[in-house]
Amino acid sequence: MKKMLLTGSAVGIALAMMTAPVFADEDADLLINGEIEITVRTDAPPHMENVDTIYSGWVFRSTETQALEMDDFENPGMIFVDDAIEAWETVEGTEGKSCADCHGDPDGMAGVRATYPKWNEDAEEVRTIAMQVNGCRTEQMGAEAWKYDGGDMLNMEALLASVSRGIPVNVAIDGPAQSMWEKGKEIYYTRFGQLDLSCANCHEDNYGNYIRADHLSQGQINAFPTYRLKNAQLNGVQSRFKGCIRDTRGETFAVGSEEFIALELYVASRGNGLSVEGPSVRN
Amino acid sequence: MAENVKPRVRVPRDATAGEVIIIKTLISHPMESGQRKDGDGNLIPRSIINRFTCEFNGETVIDITLEPAISTNPYFEFQATVPETGAFEFTWYDDDGDVYTDTKEITVS
Repeated sequence: MKKMLLTGSAVGIALAMMTAPVFADEDADLLINGEIEITVRTDAPPHMENVDTIYSGWVFRSTETQALEMDDFENPGMIFVDDAIEAWETVEGTEGKSCADCHGDPDGMAGVRATYPKWNEDAEEVRTIAMQVNGCRTEQMGAEAWKYDGGDMLNMEALLASVSRGIPVNVAIDGPAQSMWEKGKEIYYTRFGQLDLSCANCHEDNYGNYIRADHLSQGQINAFPTYRLKNAQLNGVQSRFKGCIRDTRGETFAVGSEEFIALELYVASRGNGLSVEGPSVRN
Repeated sequence: MAENVKPRVRVPRDATAGEVIIIKTLISHPMESGQRKDGDGNLIPRSIINRFTCEFNGETVIDITLEPAISTNPYFEFQATVPETGAFEFTWYDDDGDVYTDTKEITVS
């Protein structure tokens, strides 16, 4: 926190001379609907070597953007949750089943989002929550798979996140998932693109600083899917990864690729202890 | 016809006479501006909510004209003085002729 305060105030003085910027309130606490307490800062999990405290991206946003997430009526992401509740009850596929037929009320899925990505014993692979949803659709419902990070999938991910809000992220990194986790860690620290940047260069070495006009966060994914004001829609984790690598002027991995699944597992584990927060609002 | 259009309104359930209350409304709507082109270069026709009104017991509270530059899922927040028990009626007018309505009752004690 000391580092953030120092760098934050230095940038603040420089900017204050030019204009009156909207500052992020880095000490604010997040309470949604006056009842769901969200952990936005906590001790880093033991496997993180270079960071002591982890912060939700919410901490780094302007006061106005922060406020949008404090009330479901004002959170534009909740519109998509409503769409997913309809999809939840819709019968699809050859088996004549809806999500609700097996899982009941969406509230019964509380806590599920917090443990993904995780090892699936039957499929013998690490599955993101999107892969698990598609597993359900193709294997249980006999329905067509949704497009990875497509609208239908992100709506459903938003619903699953919304019922888990306030529950701490708790992704397993040992056991059969360990090799994927290590692969993800390697990608996190690998420099990509013409700008020669790794994830860590921005999100570990420089969080709290500005990269031109952007206030760099720790790149935590506890709050995904996230409604971005810049494109007025929900955005998926792996699409965000893709955007980041594109910004390094590199060739990106594909959304849904093994590399990104590994990276999602690793980055999710860096947020162990923060609350599930999606659908969140970001700029 | 715009799809997935759903009005949402938040009005307090009760108030004291003459109290100024805050009303929040949101309607999910793509608000297609008519300026954009599709993948083949053809203009996507304009399709927006062009008018929003709120009435209290038949009396106009607010009447808004919406323009194409207003972004998707238009949100309005405004204040109203409540003199008596009654109902707020909210109406959204779509370019395609559809009209969406919602009603919220409020009890004045």
